[in-house]
Amino acid sequence: MDIHEYQAKELLAGFGVAVPKGGVVYTPDQAVYRAEEIGGGRWVVKAQIHSGARGKAGGIKLCTTPEEVRAAATELLGKKLVTHQTGPAGKIVHRLYVEAAVPIRRELYIGLVLDRRSERVCVVAAPEGGMEIEEIAARSPETILREVIEPAVGMQPFQARELSFGLGLSASEMNQAVKAILGAYRAFRDLDATMVEINPLAITETGQVLALDAKMQFDDNALFRRASVAELRDYAEEDPRDAEAAKHGLNYIALEGSIGCIVNGAGLAMATMDMITHAGGEPANFLDIGGGASPERVAAAFRLVLSDPRVRCVLVNIFAGINRCDWVAQGIIQAAKDVNVPVPIVARLAGTNVEQGRALLRDSGLRIVSADTLAEAAEKAVAALNAPHSTRPVREKEKVS
Amino acid sequence: MSILLDGTTRVLIQGFTGDKASFHAKEAIDYGTNIVAGVTPGKGGTTHLGLPVFDTVKAAVRATGATASGIFVPAPFCADAIMEAADAGVQLIVCITDGIPAQDMMRVKRYMLRYPRDRKPTLIGPNCAGVISPGKAMIGIMPGSIYTKGRVGIVSRSGTLGYEAASQMQALGIGVSTSVGIGGDPINGSSFVDMMVRFEADDETDAVMMIGEIGGPQEAEASIWAGENMSKPVVGYVAGLSAPRGRRMGHAGAIISAFGDSAHEKAEIMRNSGLTVAPSPAELGIAMKQALARPARRVVLA
Repeated sequence: MDIHEYQAKELLAGFGVAVPKGGVVYTPDQAVYRAEEIGGGRWVVKAQIHSGARGKAGGIKLCTTPEEVRAAATELLGKKLVTHQTGPAGKIVHRLYVEAAVPIRRELYIGLVLDRRSERVCVVAAPEGGMEIEEIAARSPETILREVIEPAVGMQPFQARELSFGLGLSASEMNQAVKAILGAYRAFRDLDATMVEINPLAITETGQVLALDAKMQFDDNALFRRASVAELRDYAEEDPRDAEAAKHGLNYIALEGSIGCIVNGAGLAMATMDMITHAGGEPANFLDIGGGASPERVAAAFRLVLSDPRVRCVLVNIFAGINRCDWVAQGIIQAAKDVNVPVPIVARLAGTNVEQGRALLRDSGLRIVSADTLAEAAEKAVAALNAPHSTRPVREKEKVS
Repeated sequence: MSILLDGTTRVLIQGFTGDKASFHAKEAIDYGTNIVAGVTPGKGGTTHLGLPVFDTVKAAVRATGATASGIFVPAPFCADAIMEAADAGVQLIVCITDGIPAQDMMRVKRYMLRYPRDRKPTLIGPNCAGVISPGKAMIGIMPGSIYTKGRVGIVSRSGTLGYEAASQMQALGIGVSTSVGIGGDPINGSSFVDMMVRFEADDETDAVMMIGEIGGPQEAEASIWAGENMSKPVVGYVAGLSAPRGRRMGHAGAIISAFGDSAHEKAEIMRNSGLTVAPSPAELGIAMKQALARPARRVVLA
C-alpha cells in the first residue's frame, strides 16, 4: 500500500525525523490560511498524488506571496498530472501540501528497502539526492552506500554514523542525519513498511538536516496489525477495479490488450498472458481467481474483465486440482448466463474429471469455444478476435431480434 | 530416494482441526502419506480424522516421533508456528499459508540461523503448494492424480504452473521424483538453489524442471549455480514475460522492481548458464522430453 507524502512525513516525524513545517489542504482558501500560519514568506505548494517526479510534471510550485499560493492551489487542484510513474492516464490532484520553503545547501538520498538477496532490511544512502535512485545507480553507482540490518537487534547507531560520514557530513550534520536515519528505520520496522525513501534529505543553509520529500510503502500482508497505517489508504488514488476485485477475493491488474483472462493461480495467470503474447495477441488483464472456482467467483471475474471496453474475447484457463472440472464448467456456464457475456469465450479446463467438464461446456447451448491445451486456448482466443459474430455466446437481445 | 519426503516420513499437521487443514490432510492420508498427529493449541487430548491432537508441537513430536510438519495455521500466527516446529526438532517444515508479513519471515529466517548446518530444519514455503513425492507421500494442496511416479524433479514458485508442468509431462509419459513448490513470497524458506542441490544429489532424479517468475534474484542465482555445478539437465521457464514493471502479479514477490527482475532477463541468464529454456509455458513437457533424449550434457568433475 502507498501513502501520500504528507502522511509519510507525519509518520516519520513521529519517529524523530525532522521535516519542514507544513500542512495538508483541500481548497485554495485553506492553502492561503495554512501558508500564513506557517509564515516565513516562502512556500512550496505540492500536489499530493501517489507518484514521484511530480516536480517535472508541474505539480510543485514555489510561491513568495499568499496570492501566489492561492493561484498555485487553484491551478493544481483538480489538475491531471502525468508522470512516468502514473502512466499516460495520469492522476487527478485532490489534495495539496503547503510547506515552508527552506534554502538548501546539499541534497542527499536515503532509502530503506526489503532486500531480497540478503532477506533483510537494507539502508541505502547516496551523496547526490533529488534524483531517482535508478538514475544515481546508472550515473554513479560507486557513490551508493549500503548497510544491511541484522533483524535480531535492529539498526545500530554506528551503522547510521558510517553512512553519514560516508556521505561526507560534518559532525553536527552527522548527529542530525543519524537521528533521521535511525528514525526512518524504526518507522520501517514498527509500521511494517516495505519501503521508506527520504529523497532528498536536505542540509539547509543554516545547517539543519530536513526530510524535504518522503515516500513510504507498506506490506499489505501486515495491515491487519497496523490499523493506523491502514486508515491512510486513499481510495481515490487506486483503480476502482482493484477495489472491486479485492471485494470478491480476486487479484486483478488491468493491462492494455484485448483478450481478457480468468485464471486460477498467479503463476498460471502470468503463463497464460505469456501464451497469449506468444500466439500473437495481447492480454487485457492479469486475473487470479484463487483456488476455488465457484459460479459466484467466476461471475464476479467475468463482470470485472468485461468492465474493460477493450476486451473483445475472454480466455478462461482453470487447472482444477482439488476442484473437479465438471464443477468448474458448471460455474462457467452459470456465470456466462448470469453475466450475459457479449464477447467470445474460450475455455480451457485441465485436471480432475476433465472429460465431463468439456462435455458440459459443449452441451451448454452457449457458444463457448473449448480448448484442450494452453497453446490451443491462446490460439483460439487470438483467432476469435477476428472471427464473425457467430462465435459469440447467445445474448438476450440477439434472441429477440 | 526422492528428496525431502517419502512414504516412511512421519508427518504432523499444525492447525490440524481447521477446515482447509482437515480437507488436505485427508487427501494426503488417502494418498498414502504417513500422517501421525495434529497440533491445535487448546485441543490437545482429542482425536481428529482418527489421529491424536496435541497442544504443542513438542508434545506431538515426543509422542509420535514426527520429523515433518505441514503448516496450515492462519497467516498472523504462522511465523510463530514455524519457529515452534523448528524448536521441537522438526526437520522438514512445509508452510502452505499465504499472506505472512514479510518482516515475520525475516525473523523466521534469522531464527533458523541458530541451528548448526547439520541440524538446521528445511523450511519450504510459505505461500506454496507443498511437496509431493509421487507414489509415496505428499504434504500440501496439490492434486496427487496429476503426478506420475518417475525421475524428473520439479521446483516451482507457483503452484498451478507446477501442476501444468506435471500434467504436460504426464501426458508425454514422463514421471516425477519429487515436486516442490517454494512459494511466491519475497522471502521464502528454501530457494531454487537449495532444491537443485538436493536434486543433483538424488539418485532417483535424472533431470530438473525449474519454473520461476518475475521478481527477486533467486532464479538467476539458481541458473548460474546449476550451470556450474549440475551434471543433470535442467529445463527452465520464467513466467511473466508480459508483466508490467512495478505491479505485483498476484504473488507478494512477483514484482519487477530491480534490475534482473524481469522474465526476459532471467530467461537470458538461464540460457547463458546452459539451461534449456522452454519457449512457452505450453512447451514445458516437450522441452523436458527433448532434454531427456539428449546425451548427458556434460560430466561435472568431482
